[in-house]
Amino acid sequence: MRLLGTVVAATMAAATGLAAGSALAGPTFDAVREKGFVQCGVNSSGLPGFATVDDQGNWSGFDIDLCRAIAVAVFGDRNAVKFTPLTAKERFTALQSGEIDVLVRNTTWTLTRDTALGLDFLGVNYYDGQGFMVPKSLGVKSALELDGASVCVQTGTTTELNLADFFRANNMSYEPVVFETNDELLPAFQAGRCDVFTTDQSGLYATRTKFENPDDYVILPEVISKEPLGPVVRHGDNEWGDVVRWTLFAMIEAEEYGVTSENVDELRANSTNPTIRRLLGVEGEFGKNLGLPQDWAYQIIKQIGNYGEVFERNLGMNTPLKIARGLNDLWTRGGLQYSMPFR
Amino acid sequence: MASASHRPAPPRATAFWRDPRVRALFAQALVLGLVLLGAAYLVRNTLLNLERLGVSSGFGFLNTTAGFDISQTLIAYDRTYSYGRAFIVGLLNTFYVAAVGILLATVIGFVMGIARLSSNWLVAKVAAAYIEIVRNVPLLLQLIMWYVVVLGGLPAPRNSLALGESVFLNVRGLFIPRPQFEEGFGWVVAAFLASVVAVVVLARWARRRFEATGQPFPVFWTSLGVLFGLPALAFLLAGQPLSFEYPVLGRFRITGGMVMLPEFMAMVLGLSVYTGAFIAEIVRGGILAISKGQWEAAYALGLSRGQALRLIIVPQALRVIIPPQTSQYLNLTKNSSLGVAIGYPDFFNVAGTINNQTGQAVEVIAITMAVYLTLSLLISAFMNWYNARMALVER
Ligand SMILES: N[C@@H](CCC(=O)N[C@@H](CS)C(=O)NCC(=O)O)C(=O)O
Repeated sequence: MRLLGTVVAATMAAATGLAAGSALAGPTFDAVREKGFVQCGVNSSGLPGFATVDDQGNWSGFDIDLCRAIAVAVFGDRNAVKFTPLTAKERFTALQSGEIDVLVRNTTWTLTRDTALGLDFLGVNYYDGQGFMVPKSLGVKSALELDGASVCVQTGTTTELNLADFFRANNMSYEPVVFETNDELLPAFQAGRCDVFTTDQSGLYATRTKFENPDDYVILPEVISKEPLGPVVRHGDNEWGDVVRWTLFAMIEAEEYGVTSENVDELRANSTNPTIRRLLGVEGEFGKNLGLPQDWAYQIIKQIGNYGEVFERNLGMNTPLKIARGLNDLWTRGGLQYSMPFR
Repeated sequence: MASASHRPAPPRATAFWRDPRVRALFAQALVLGLVLLGAAYLVRNTLLNLERLGVSSGFGFLNTTAGFDISQTLIAYDRTYSYGRAFIVGLLNTFYVAAVGILLATVIGFVMGIARLSSNWLVAKVAAAYIEIVRNVPLLLQLIMWYVVVLGGLPAPRNSLALGESVFLNVRGLFIPRPQFEEGFGWVVAAFLASVVAVVVLARWARRRFEATGQPFPVFWTSLGVLFGLPALAFLLAGQPLSFEYPVLGRFRITGGMVMLPEFMAMVLGLSVYTGAFIAEIVRGGILAISKGQWEAAYALGLSRGQALRLIIVPQALRVIIPPQTSQYLNLTKNSSLGVAIGYPDFFNVAGTINNQTGQAVEVIAITMAVYLTLSLLISAFMNWYNARMALVER
């Protein structure tokens, strides 16, 4: 009888040891906890609304907030994050080589990147598509009128591939003028080196706010590709990937259930809705399963906000970008943003 | 037994491990072995890590479709060609900009180097100012400045600067007619080759005659006449087998003809002006290295300053100039990789794009290093050969 008791106790200890998970959390997750901050790869040239840095070195933006949310989930501290500015061309090497823990840099989820590049995409924080911007004075109304145009485009992007496909599919010729960063491309575009600037529509809106006379430029109606932009980690980094994926989901789920940074305290204290209670860690053991503190999602919503709040704050109608929710509205309102169930 | 130890030992071959040659060999083999072992370790480690990350490896990607376009292609290329082809397109663009840059830098360098030694105060000071300013501003900044100047200084396509109906200059580049070779053009080429042979023979004959009799022969002007006259004659006889495709102004830009892109112009200007300043200093140093006695001897023979430079000083100075000149050519070629900053599709730029689209950093970097190494070795080999030829002039 005593023997049995010992065995049970030992098994219990082993099991709880396992559940605490520190030894089995995977190399990146362990390393992040060890060093005490998340190293997040972001856009280098300042994409207003998505990732910009002020002259004091403070980062802000839609992608930045996702980085911060991850830091909050792990450490409960929105400042436990360091940013590595990366160009489109540098970003994957930086992730593959371990220089950063997670990449949140308007990066399109494609098959090649998910497989051959050794990466794992964890979700979509912004559904986008590629568009064209031209000076109004050109008098162009549709992308199909662009035969013979010269087009400024950034290297190392899906953009340059879609561009080649689009012109070929429509039997039109064009001259590509390829730059490594937006900062090099924009002066050339404004000097008239090319007729058209093409990138993700979000990028077009963001870039246009940087122009002296934004109204002199129009964005053509055609959207020529699907650009699901989302956070990326190294392939096989499953535990760390779970943290990033569910951080994003927690923000979307919070919006769906009406949990905001303002009412989250009250809802945690008083809500009887089982989903909200599980999300905020009042019930269940989601934190433990993820290797995170019990109140991880509560902290995200409290410190960063839900998906809708973050969207409105950085990109919405009260910002210079004035981007409508569109595809990025919740599924319940006809958009595509949909969190897997918190169950 | 004791007596034996008193007898002087016969001169015995040293033990082989004491032989310095054997030792040296052994040491080298050891070092080589360690280096190889280290390399093998690194390669194995890399492969294992790539496999663990699930990153594809190997050179198979060279045959798959590239999917992106390149603005300047000296050979046929579009998005349907392979990554391997894209590499070659980039390589040719590097060759192109380096070759034109080296040519121009050499001219600028010689002119400025000699100008700095000029007895005319203004000329010497202008040359000195150019050299000092250009050498002390980072090349990257200069390239960007040239690009801004080129773009800012040129008009929009609709207001192109035009030379007649066939040459246009605007912010999209310099457009010139593209020659179309028709049947019979082979005769013109043949005539040109024949005239080259004739000129070489003529030059040899003239030199022999000069050395034997002291009678000069106007080789330069005769050669020029032969080089142009013979092909021109063939051209007329073959019925003018050449036409031009003229550039025409379209809705957005000029189509047809041949174009020199603004990115290319900025690269050539930036690289040659920068490297020219270094070459100028080398030329000046080379000329100053020739003793004053040579000048005095030349003047004593009644040669003018120009003749003294051309016939006496520069040929001797070249021997001092060429070795450092070589490294300037190498620098220029390698510096052309800065093209990425102003959108010039040189090899490094294209390689970066391929790296990003395939994610095969290790392979792409290996190819890039191999290419620049080969390029450097080729230029060195050529300059060494040229240097050896010049050195023979010594008597
Ligand atoms: N979503 C595309 C394009 C991403 C991208 O690099 N976009 C550009 C234009 S919005 C950008 O962020 N440029 C900023 C920079 O790198 O300078 C991809 O993942 O390849």
